[in-house]
Amino acid sequence: MPGRVVVVTSGKGGVGKTTTTANVSASLAGKGYKVVAMDADIGLRNLDVVLGLENRIVYTLVDVIEGVCRLSQAMIRDKRVPNLFFLPAAQTRTKDAVSSDQMAALCKELQQDFDFVFVDSPAGIESGFRNAAAGATEALVVTTPEVSAVRDADRIIGMLESLEISPIRLVLNRVRPDLVQRGDMLSVADVLDILAVDLVGVVPNDDSVVVSTNRGEPLTLGMQSPACKAFDNIGLRLTGEEVPFLDVENFGQKGLVGTLRKMFGF
Amino acid sequence: MGLFSRFFQGETTRETAKRRLQLVLIHDRSDLSVETMEALRKDLIVVINRYLEIDEQHIELELEREHSSVVLVANIPVRTVKRQPVNTGSEA
Repeated sequence: MPGRVVVVTSGKGGVGKTTTTANVSASLAGKGYKVVAMDADIGLRNLDVVLGLENRIVYTLVDVIEGVCRLSQAMIRDKRVPNLFFLPAAQTRTKDAVSSDQMAALCKELQQDFDFVFVDSPAGIESGFRNAAAGATEALVVTTPEVSAVRDADRIIGMLESLEISPIRLVLNRVRPDLVQRGDMLSVADVLDILAVDLVGVVPNDDSVVVSTNRGEPLTLGMQSPACKAFDNIGLRLTGEEVPFLDVENFGQKGLVGTLRKMFGF
Repeated sequence: MGLFSRFFQGETTRETAKRRLQLVLIHDRSDLSVETMEALRKDLIVVINRYLEIDEQHIELELEREHSSVVLVANIPVRTVKRQPVNTGSEA
């Protein structure tokens, strides 16, 4: 059976597409699934640094598509997680270097060898996004509980629907319990009410994400934190497991988040 | 926003955000801008005025979401029904 191709997208930039791609990929690989994380953000790649694999890039997916190298030569095996592979984007090219058909063909080839192909999409709704979504069998839409991010997520959901990509699942990132409790942030229920898609994860705002990105170590490789748990749960839900959602909105200041804040000196 | 100002405004910023988003998304989803809505309102008034005398100040015109579709809801108070429709159309 061919693997699943999951495009990770958002519309708005900076809401956590790459963090989600890196952490969910690492989590599933850690559970024994064969996973490839592909950076489709040609010209503005970042998945390499978030995964901590930036020094191992030799070839990119553009090289594969142009026939400069074989697919296996461009794939980087993550030495920390046996089943995790990374396919980098080119940094010195533009998104016009590849076509939707070529991306779809590449995804099809990867599907033969992997259980999951995660495609980290660029922000926006132009050709870069369309290329990233070209080979997708399903989508993760990442948003934060802010009006601008939710609005853009709505637009992206509409475009994914018109591309007939289904299912579309929502990751609500950077939820701040204190703000929700104070009535100063959209709640999980508010966002679901507005976007009307299936929820696959609620990730609390968590300093450990910054720390893990600084180090280039996905959270799900070892660090214990609320965000790590949330990304782990997203992976589990993607495999069909029923995992209760973390009650992020009721995290007390003295609870997990508070403890973490103290640990990291905030 | 402090509790004090919230008491007087009667709405949390969370509620404000939700309300604004719902409104903006209706326009985004139906691709109708504020300008388009205003033009639609003006055209509707012209057409209806041929048949009915209406209260133009109290027209409510909204695109509303019903489940997964968008519905145009017009609430137009009628003052009187004209005896003879005033034909201002192009066929005149």
